[in-house]
Amino acid sequence: MAEPTNANVSEEFQNDPRVPDELKNNVFITSLDKLYNWGRKRSMWPMLFGLACCAIEMIATAASRHDLARFGWELMRASPRQADLMIVSGTVTKKMIPQIVRLYNQMPEPRYVIAMGACATAGGPFKEGYNVVSGVDKFIPVDVYITGCPPRPEALLHSFIKLQEKIEKQSLRNVPWYRKGEDDVVPVPALGPDLVDLRRAQEIKEKAAQAAPAPEQPAA
Amino acid sequence: MGLMGTGILKGLGVTLRHFIDTYAEDLKYVLNKSGARQPRPLRRQSPKNKGLVTVEYPRERLPLPENFRYVPFLVYDTEKQDDKCTSCGICAKVCPPQCIWIVRTEDPVTKRPVPQPKEFYIDTTICMNCGYCAEFCPFDAIKMDHDYELSYYPDQEPHARLVHDKSRLTKPDTYHASIHPTDWRRELEDRAAEEAKKKAAAEAKAKADAAKPAGGAAPAAKPAPAPGAARSSAPEPDKPAQADTGKSSSE
Amino acid sequence: MAEETTHPTPAEPAAAPKAAPAAKPASPAATKPAAAKPAGHAAPKGPPLATLTPELVQLQQHFGENVITPAPYVGVLVNDLNKLREVMTYVRDQLGFDMLANVTAVDYIKEGYIQVVYHPQRSKGGQPITIKVRVPRGSDPVAPTEVAVPSLTPIYAGAEFQEREIYDMYGVRFEGHPDLRRILTWEGFYGWPLRKDWHEPYYEGDTKPFDSRWPGGHHQLAEERVPWADNVNYPPGFDPLNFNANPDAGLYDSMLSGVPHAQVEPNGHAQQAPQPKGVGAAVPVYDRNHNNLADEEELQTDQIIVNMGPQHPSTHGVLRMVVKLDGETVTDLKLALGYLHRNHEKIGERNTWLHNIPYTDRLDYICGIANELGYVITVEKMMGIKPTERAEYLRVIMAELTRIQSHFWAIGFLLNDLGAFYTPALYFITERDLILDLFESVSGSRLMCNYMRFGGVSRDFTEEQIAHARELAFDRIPRKIDELEQLLTDNEIIKARTIGVGYLPAERSINYSLTGPCLRAAGVPYDIRRVDPYSIYDRFDFEIPVFYGADVYDRYRVRVAEMRQSLRIVQQALNQLDQTKPGDIQAGKKAYNHRVPAGEAYGRVETPKGELGFYLVSDGGQNPYRYHVRSSSFINLNSLKEMVVGHKVADAVVILGSLDIVLGEVDR
Repeated sequence: MAEPTNANVSEEFQNDPRVPDELKNNVFITSLDKLYNWGRKRSMWPMLFGLACCAIEMIATAASRHDLARFGWELMRASPRQADLMIVSGTVTKKMIPQIVRLYNQMPEPRYVIAMGACATAGGPFKEGYNVVSGVDKFIPVDVYITGCPPRPEALLHSFIKLQEKIEKQSLRNVPWYRKGEDDVVPVPALGPDLVDLRRAQEIKEKAAQAAPAPEQPAA
Repeated sequence: MGLMGTGILKGLGVTLRHFIDTYAEDLKYVLNKSGARQPRPLRRQSPKNKGLVTVEYPRERLPLPENFRYVPFLVYDTEKQDDKCTSCGICAKVCPPQCIWIVRTEDPVTKRPVPQPKEFYIDTTICMNCGYCAEFCPFDAIKMDHDYELSYYPDQEPHARLVHDKSRLTKPDTYHASIHPTDWRRELEDRAAEEAKKKAAAEAKAKADAAKPAGGAAPAAKPAPAPGAARSSAPEPDKPAQADTGKSSSE
Repeated sequence: MAEETTHPTPAEPAAAPKAAPAAKPASPAATKPAAAKPAGHAAPKGPPLATLTPELVQLQQHFGENVITPAPYVGVLVNDLNKLREVMTYVRDQLGFDMLANVTAVDYIKEGYIQVVYHPQRSKGGQPITIKVRVPRGSDPVAPTEVAVPSLTPIYAGAEFQEREIYDMYGVRFEGHPDLRRILTWEGFYGWPLRKDWHEPYYEGDTKPFDSRWPGGHHQLAEERVPWADNVNYPPGFDPLNFNANPDAGLYDSMLSGVPHAQVEPNGHAQQAPQPKGVGAAVPVYDRNHNNLADEEELQTDQIIVNMGPQHPSTHGVLRMVVKLDGETVTDLKLALGYLHRNHEKIGERNTWLHNIPYTDRLDYICGIANELGYVITVEKMMGIKPTERAEYLRVIMAELTRIQSHFWAIGFLLNDLGAFYTPALYFITERDLILDLFESVSGSRLMCNYMRFGGVSRDFTEEQIAHARELAFDRIPRKIDELEQLLTDNEIIKARTIGVGYLPAERSINYSLTGPCLRAAGVPYDIRRVDPYSIYDRFDFEIPVFYGADVYDRYRVRVAEMRQSLRIVQQALNQLDQTKPGDIQAGKKAYNHRVPAGEAYGRVETPKGELGFYLVSDGGQNPYRYHVRSSSFINLNSLKEMVVGHKVADAVVILGSLDIVLGEVDR
């Protein structure tokens, strides 16, 4: 079922100003981009991946009342290999982030990430906790953020529409996943005395060496 | 246990009934004009509904209950052209995840606090939508919003969008009245009652001043006006029009 | 409801109203120490000592006053750690406290010890008793305590995870624990997070509200405040390029060692357990039919270890089950938890009393109202206030509707686990949504209701909402429960998949501290609403459904029966609601800066998942000194291994589904 923000697809194509009026109902021209994006945005397969409270609202979104399938996103795949979209629905903990990064790396491109709710966006009410990562975007790139704790199912649907709009604007020419040499595999963070982001290893090492006499309490 | 398979058949009967209901109910509403007039989301979500329940979100929306709470906003008093907030800091204290930040205005000369916030931030990436700030605000200055369509792209640094500052948070009281009609009515009543009380107190004081020995005049003027009367008398005399628009949009 | 002592005026010698009259005539000698100490009460320090309940007096008489002394506020102190096991065995066997409801610890940093607190209770009902031991906490931030507490796992199997949690959070060693590893954090984690001198990277202050928010609240992200611009903290001189990360250290050890399963299982009960349908033996038997088609020894296959989770469609969240498989048969199972450990207790100790209410919503996020009720009731007991009549009714209505919607959810997803993909779940989520609509219109949010307040509730029901609730309670839900039963109860496939699966007999369930529908499915009529009534449950006419199969099928049936009983309660409450005064929903004045008198309390309620307890310690301030959540999901998981071993992997998923865990509550 089409949603009003993106009118019927044939209309979309037919209203192209490059088509003469007399041909309007007989031909439509499109670019590969449009066709490609049209196909992609209506057949997203989210990953069946719930973290915390928001996952309950995500399931509620997929259930009968809101019915994610109306958007062509009906199939929640449990395997990252078959998923296009990761909905980070809930608090990202330090213990879980290595698995999340690994799952993200396993998803085939093009892939998208929605950070659902305050926790996934920046840690939420649990931000101060010692086992909480302040936002999944510290490790993996996020395409749409949703505020709310937890967001209503409609808010999640709204973010889907936003994501569709984003996909619509992408062009085959400049999307990162067809470029050469672009390798955005995120190194899986390690669990040491605390969470270790290996991309920042050098920085951590230097600062830890400097701080050797006193522990780094912000208050101290 | 009866015949093998009867349990399964019974269960399949239920699914079949659901299947039939899906069409039967909609058909009923299509044929029955009066039923069709009821908005579809309401009809589908009523406890009486049997058939389809799907609400086609962007096109149709479930009405939000008045109590619904999403991120807070600050109420701007359109009558007095002023923030209702006095920067008393109670909301910042009751906030469980401590996501409210307030800078109190200071008088540039005396350095005494002025009852107005200079800066006001709500970090929506931390906010848990608990509603305490609205519940405990003694001035009805902060309320929970109904706008849940808050999704952002990361084009900008996300925190810039997700930390709501004062300009972003402030919304007119007409908006508040439109989404919280009952609450607004109560506020007007409270205000009217307070004004009546003040008036009565002033009158009593005047009387007492006029005739020192006379006592016990205050109680006579005490009873608050009836709700209906309160609503009409609530706005301050100088700007009744604006308050009326707020009220009419609420009804 | 709760075993509690509050001391509104510290000058008054300990006067626990309930226990005192019974205890004093029983043995004046025993109460002497309790009475003697308060004499020194006028001296500046030292909280009042507890008055002993008859059971504790008996305990004291048996072991002598040197070993057992009254503890501050509540319970007794076991002074000799070596005697602890003996004491607890006596408590279990002679006093009949056969179930260890709760174990936790409190860090008394000023006094220099960590107090481990045990709450044994009787499965027959009544209040739990409190037994405490102390260990010196030591000053080394990384090393566990030098003195070890004897592990109670041989006496109460339910202590296993709880002791591991104490080890993980406080660094208290437990001697004789079969598997003492970190449980919520990971091996290699720096320090013991719940100790009072341990600070997280984003630490801002010991107590909320923070001064930085007002009046000079220039917004600052937590990231900007800390050295790494991130929520991390490393020991000085840490080298991230050269360290040995092994967060799972010790996890696979016992599983890999090739020990035959029968030896791993300590109590060997499985052989005695009756097997309703011939499956479910906990010892791998390869030739069940005894037709000698193959020699067991010859067919010995390699066992493999499979990780299920933390990302797995059937683990109900981020739970990780490590199963050892022989073919498809599970021969061993271990759980790795903590993937949703959100530091609830650490944050709870920083919050004010009021701040914690919305946080409890996020414990078991399917039934937030039930968690709030447990917390609020415990704090009310400590403060000595009572909610208004109307608030009591509203609480019960909301809590029982929560139970119904939670069971709808649980059954729907149990069927998902059974392979009946989505049809039942979708039917029931639809019903659940209708209940959530009521929650939303009353409280403002579907899940995180934040509805309870100390001494009341946040909002009254309007006429419209009462009508909505009546429509649900008298018409819609009864109809839908009938439909649910029609759809599922007699279904032969469901029966074949569930009867006899996940069998755990009553004695073992009790020993494992299993609570909730799972315990009642094993024939133990243990429901806090009945055995230790709280709120106004004693006014309603309802039954505690009990089934005796102790398997997945009966857990399902208990849930369905409970929904019907909950419905009865809601109906009665709605009928009686108009006898109360509308609008009268808050006792006393609404406040936000509560002070709770110094003391401690263990309060508990029956949530849809089981017994939810709150162990709170107050030092008289605005914040809890200790805030512990005894979560049923977490403790119920203790027994998963025993239920699963011997079954197929597919059944393991179903058994987990029948426990109905919520990870927010497991990991907290």
